[in-house]
Amino acid sequence: MNEPVSSIRINVRLFARLKDIVGTGELARQAPTRATARTVWDTLVSEFAELRDYEASISVAVNEEYSRMDAPVADGDEVAFLPPVSGG
Amino acid sequence: MSDNRPAMHTALYAVTTDTLHLETLISAVTSMPDAPLDTVGPGGITSFVGIVRNENAGRRVLRLEYEGYEPLALRVFERIGAETADRWDVRVALHHRLGTLQIGEASVMIAAASPHRADAFAACRYIIERVKQIVPIWKHEFFEGGDVWIEGATADPDDDAARQDALRVATGE
Repeated sequence: MNEPVSSIRINVRLFARLKDIVGTGELARQAPTRATARTVWDTLVSEFAELRDYEASISVAVNEEYSRMDAPVADGDEVAFLPPVSGG
Repeated sequence: MSDNRPAMHTALYAVTTDTLHLETLISAVTSMPDAPLDTVGPGGITSFVGIVRNENAGRRVLRLEYEGYEPLALRVFERIGAETADRWDVRVALHHRLGTLQIGEASVMIAAASPHRADAFAACRYIIERVKQIVPIWKHEFFEGGDVWIEGATADPDDDAARQDALRVATGE
């Protein structure tokens, strides 16, 4: 029997100004089991207060698909936080 | 059309740091190798080429650096293509450039081929509106006196109001 996993590892991707605020576009963070994308975001905001400005305007993608902040995340998932887009 | 072009040259959707070429997109939308023989072929192609402008919000722009989340951008391109095909009788291509672009260089190219011109024009316009709404690509603007990340729309592909806005712009209704 496996030991119950008490925390999961999330690969975080950040872009544009979010990447500048944090200083890197790729980092890993631990999250509790039953975490959501929002749990991961809140962890980042607690470390990098400037991210809070983006609370109402970010989008989130889980494993390279658009998702929702209340979506559950699992061990090894890639969670990307995207500021408002400006392509074209 | 030559048969020995590499497959990448006829990709309908692409995100690349290489220079964009409209001819590549036109080839992609007009070649239909798997189409049944009785398929009605294109009667017209419309295109849109977005280029880096030397001015933005009163600032003299020096260059743009485009960043993107490439795998998601490609999936969103496919989604936009599917939305377009649901609405109009078109075959479309969409290529976006990343990296450093000088004034006048093409950042985005769209081609839409259709048996009917009205569909081709509408689809082309719809696609650029949707690119600006939901594609995960960002402009880092370098201007005289500083630099700024441009932030437009919060990307939400399921936001039906945004999609309806794009449709209204495209159809002029």
